[in-house]
Amino acid sequence: MGFLFEQDNFALFRDGFLQTIELSALSALLALLLGTLLAAFRVSPVPVLRAFGTTWVTLFRNTPLTLLFFAVTFGLPPLGVHFSHLTFAVLALGGYTASFVCEVIRSGINTVPLGQAEAARSLGMNFFQTLSLVILPQATRTVLGPMSSVFIALPRNSAIAGAFSVGELYSAQQTFSERGYSIFSIFFWVACAYLLISATVASLFRFLESRLAVAR
Amino acid sequence: MSMLQRQRQGSASVLYDIPGPRTRTRYRLFGVLALLGIAGLLWYAVSALADNGQFDADLWDPFQYNFVQQMIVDGLLSTLKAFGLAGAFSLALGALLASGTLSDHGPVRWVCTAIVQFFRAMPLLILIVALYYAFFAKDPMWALVLGLTLYNGSVQAEIIRSGVNAVPRGQGEAAYALGMRKTQVMSTILVPQAVRSMLPSMIGQLVVTLKDTSLGYIITYNELLFMGKKIASQPMNAAGFPYIPVVLVIAPIYIALCLLLTALARWIEARGRRGANRRTSAAA
Repeated sequence: MGFLFEQDNFALFRDGFLQTIELSALSALLALLLGTLLAAFRVSPVPVLRAFGTTWVTLFRNTPLTLLFFAVTFGLPPLGVHFSHLTFAVLALGGYTASFVCEVIRSGINTVPLGQAEAARSLGMNFFQTLSLVILPQATRTVLGPMSSVFIALPRNSAIAGAFSVGELYSAQQTFSERGYSIFSIFFWVACAYLLISATVASLFRFLESRLAVAR
Repeated sequence: MSMLQRQRQGSASVLYDIPGPRTRTRYRLFGVLALLGIAGLLWYAVSALADNGQFDADLWDPFQYNFVQQMIVDGLLSTLKAFGLAGAFSLALGALLASGTLSDHGPVRWVCTAIVQFFRAMPLLILIVALYYAFFAKDPMWALVLGLTLYNGSVQAEIIRSGVNAVPRGQGEAAYALGMRKTQVMSTILVPQAVRSMLPSMIGQLVVTLKDTSLGYIITYNELLFMGKKIASQPMNAAGFPYIPVVLVIAPIYIALCLLLTALARWIEARGRRGANRRTSAAA
């Protein structure tokens, strides 16, 4: 267990940990923005946009994340797209998670009572006003539970980025393995780091839930 | 009734009124603009691929060789093998852990809950790689299968447990009142009803299991994606590395497999609902 504090191991571990957090945070932001946009597409009155949203969700939810990372890492550079490995990872992870976020938001919209939207429309609000002022604020509350499982899964999925040249916790694990430390003590520390991240995200969502809770 | 169904039926949606003639024209305009935008994006993507020579026959040449086709079939079979083993084991482990977390004996319950929570919180890749280095360096398939089993088994346990808890309390109480033991109540009353209502979620988790077999790529297990990488990294002619063609061949295979499983879940869900309706109408 003590190997972590020998040589420069702790610096490597810390950098990996911070990189995992950075990657997760950026992907979460992308997933949230893109997912909300896709959800709006999927409930919009324009059939073309609905079809686009449905296609995106079907394609990205049914493709393994590893394959997405593979496609982005090896498929884009030949096309002349040269970003850093981190940006590639954010694209893959964000695009993948966005499809799950979209589905969560869409099911949340469906749980808002019919009368709310009817009342909004009878006040003369248009589609975007109804959605942004009446439906989404209420949907947010019901959505928090399922959304928390999506965002707890995200840092766990980010480990795959380590296999595609992003220097995060998984690659720290790889380096330690190559340096010949015992697998179990490496696993112990990496597991602790991930448990810490999941616990933080979970408590953040619990805090939000208690803040946003209203009697209905 | 869900909103989508409402839209398909053409009646009023939750979010907007039935459009009048002017709104219909506006929607049509939006539709045309969106179509143009999406078509433009697609056109840009396809032309970028074409300009780059990704559709040149030379680059797609490898797929004409028998041994390459055989590699894809072998990869698919290894993927399915890992999925079959992991799926079956995870269902068995899930049932075991679920009965543990529902046990009346405190220590059993605590241990099983701890196991379930730990493996659910752990990144699957970290688990699989640790198993690979620690025990299965010669046989990556078992590292993959065992990792998938531990993670998905824990998730299945949670699904089964919440299913059992969701069975109306009266069912279990009635069974106890008839003098049944806990084991009998569980196995003849609660679990059959729970499995029935939870089957769609369980199959949904099997879809996740299927997708996660692609993690075998990272520990060099000969599954579909790893075979794809093998094909792509050995150029057969001067055309270069066929990474994009390989992705375009492999991704549809994964998507088709997942959609098949999802369709199965939907079919079972529809069947279950039909059965439930029949029962309630008979009871009423």
